[in-house]
Amino acid sequence: MTTATTISAVDYLVLDDGPPHLVANECTSCGARYFDRRNACASCFGTDFTTAKVATEGELTSFTIVAFAAPGVDVPFVAGLINCDGTTVRGNVVNIDPDPEHVKLGMKVRLVTNSLGADSQGVEAIGFAFAPAD
Amino acid sequence: MSKSEDIWILGIHMTKFGKHYDLDIVDIGAEAVMGALADAGVTMKDIGVMAGGNLMGKGLGITQQIQKQVGQTGIPAYNVSNACATGATALRTAIMAVKAGETDMGLAVGVEKLAGVGLLAGGSRGEDSDEWEREGRYGAVMPIDGRIGTEIMPGVFAQVGMEYGHKYGGTSFELFARISEKNHGHSTLNPLAAYNKAMSLEQIMGDIMIAYPNTRPMCSANCDGGAAAVVVNGEKLKTLSLEQQRRAVKVTASILTSDPYEEACQVLPDVNTLTRNAANQAYEQAGVGPEDLDLVELHDCFATAELVHYDNLMLCEEGGAVDFFESGAPFRTGSKPVNVSGGLQSKGHPIAATGIANIWEVAQHVRGECGDRQIEGAKVGLAHVIGLGSACGIHILESSAL
Repeated sequence: MTTATTISAVDYLVLDDGPPHLVANECTSCGARYFDRRNACASCFGTDFTTAKVATEGELTSFTIVAFAAPGVDVPFVAGLINCDGTTVRGNVVNIDPDPEHVKLGMKVRLVTNSLGADSQGVEAIGFAFAPAD
Repeated sequence: MSKSEDIWILGIHMTKFGKHYDLDIVDIGAEAVMGALADAGVTMKDIGVMAGGNLMGKGLGITQQIQKQVGQTGIPAYNVSNACATGATALRTAIMAVKAGETDMGLAVGVEKLAGVGLLAGGSRGEDSDEWEREGRYGAVMPIDGRIGTEIMPGVFAQVGMEYGHKYGGTSFELFARISEKNHGHSTLNPLAAYNKAMSLEQIMGDIMIAYPNTRPMCSANCDGGAAAVVVNGEKLKTLSLEQQRRAVKVTASILTSDPYEEACQVLPDVNTLTRNAANQAYEQAGVGPEDLDLVELHDCFATAELVHYDNLMLCEEGGAVDFFESGAPFRTGSKPVNVSGGLQSKGHPIAATGIANIWEVAQHVRGECGDRQIEGAKVGLAHVIGLGSACGIHILESSAL
């Protein structure tokens, strides 16, 4: 392969190091995790960070079903918070009917990737979401 | 010039909330200020500091723009911005100056024109670029709203309420809708509310879904409006007329907090911890507890938000917000009336005005001047506001002893 044909939609989604997973900047002093770049730890003010893998399975601790959004955003879709072994992740919940009869608080979910389309060079952007674990 | 620790609201005014097609933000802000000055029985000549806020307007220096309409005296002017807590922040700024002894009387104003603007965050999304390139703090190659969670406020606050439900149980679409039904019911007695029609549970649940479980009437109403307040210290108040002293409302707590670090607070805004912190500080400063409050105006920007703040303000035991609502306590006929103004869902939410308008509501009750919706015998009340990002303002007011 000479040129990249895919790119992760955000830099905390890692596609080229084993199964797709998320990574966080983890404070080496207190263990607090962040998905954005850091100046210091908001919890303990430490300035030393390491890259930590985030668990790819977790529990849905909150969700909403967005029915009304900006033009270009496909609705309805499920947005939620997933507790991945102690690290809270924000993401959509997919592979499920977007209604409260199917989406349940506390349900087990796992990380999946999805195509978000290609740019003019044919590079496909890969995003992530969560799907029911079973 | 005098200095004293105790701070009083000498005059306060809220404009009609709603659509003011023929007025701009300066008109509405000036109307609020003129109303507050008249209510206080003073003029701009008496004011030693002024703080103002307007969040969505394009112009610079709303405080000075309003001064140019009502009186330019050369006093220090502050323009503040703190999301939905902007009004409370302006008031807090004026209070700090008076408390510090820099002047004995201050003025705060918040004003907004919002009618018809739609979703305030996530209401538009940029186009995807022609070639993927990483941008921003998450190295995103494209706008992520709707692709990695949601940024719209009804969705963010839906998750705040659902998270509470996950933690403690007992929540449902119907429960959140009933909270909204309460506030729309309360609004029928408020002629200044943007919407003052009662809505049935069926109407609320059957209305347009925005972000489950929040339907349209469960979201704060975008509207135009302004509110302003004149604050004075206790020493100065003693030199004023008996009528001014009788109508003055004591500010027994004035607190502003930001969100301390908590796990996940940078993933979903944590509106809980900073509210609980502010409430603890406010109760301590005022020397009262939640049991002493005759009424509460809290930041029900969405029906899902009102529930969690029963708990955060400690109106109930931890985890007991659903039972608190089910007991009937937060209805105007209940033991702890909450949002008798109709709340943001029906009174409306002109962002920068909200943090003073909620104080106006409480002040009118403890003065005994709230007309048809007066909570009988109200002496102590609490006003709470949250600005996402986050900021929390809490003021506790008590009626004059005169």
